[in-house]
Amino acid sequence: MHVIRPNSCTHRRKPVIELLAALLIIAGSIFGLIAAIGMIRLPDTLIRMHAATKAGTLGAGLILAGAAFFFAELGLVLRALLTLMFLYLTAPVAAHLIGRAAYRSGIDLFARTCIDHLGEDMRAESEIENNTR
Amino acid sequence: MIAMALTPIDLAARFGLIVLTIGMMLSVYRIVRGPERADRIVALDLLSILVTAVIVLYAVYSGQTAFMDVAIAYALVAFLGTVAFARFLERTPSKTRRPIDACDPPKQLHTQEETRD
Repeated sequence: MHVIRPNSCTHRRKPVIELLAALLIIAGSIFGLIAAIGMIRLPDTLIRMHAATKAGTLGAGLILAGAAFFFAELGLVLRALLTLMFLYLTAPVAAHLIGRAAYRSGIDLFARTCIDHLGEDMRAESEIENNTR
Repeated sequence: MIAMALTPIDLAARFGLIVLTIGMMLSVYRIVRGPERADRIVALDLLSILVTAVIVLYAVYSGQTAFMDVAIAYALVAFLGTVAFARFLERTPSKTRRPIDACDPPKQLHTQEETRD
């Protein structure tokens, strides 16, 4: 299979840069796989979110950095950085929303969980509300 | 089949595409299986992040730089989808949580409180 590259990318890159981009891409994809394995293996929703949000975002970020090194053109590097920035801005927001919604929808916590401060606070709040009524 | 010399970037992109496809399959397994709706939404979030990574990898692999724009657009849309699903999950009636077993809190917290008194 012959890959045709556009003219803008046919200029010779330094082999060191290409090797660095390859290493970043390999590291990023391994982090993505680790995130997916965590998705399968970890015991409850909130713990699974830890794998999905941190390792997954790091993997995508490393791959984007590798792509930026590979293309090495102003427009494409800016696009890669924009995607990276957007991903890193939105991933924590999305994770926060999912975590809050998941906890409030009453998911079962991992059997060995023994500290649940939010649950204590929510119970105390509802007791105060009942007493004032 | 492979006529051209394999550069490290080609090898890395092929490796990455295979590995990320396996990751996406595991994520889909969690979407199908996941006992709660929250598990499915978390898995969908991870899947969208992995798809963004795959689109960028394909841009590197094929040399088609237009796929970088696709990655930006997909990241935007996936975030909106995740937010919408989270709002949906929060508005639907909640079930009662199985109570957790109380255990002794870490001892260091106690010693700090005692020294404060």
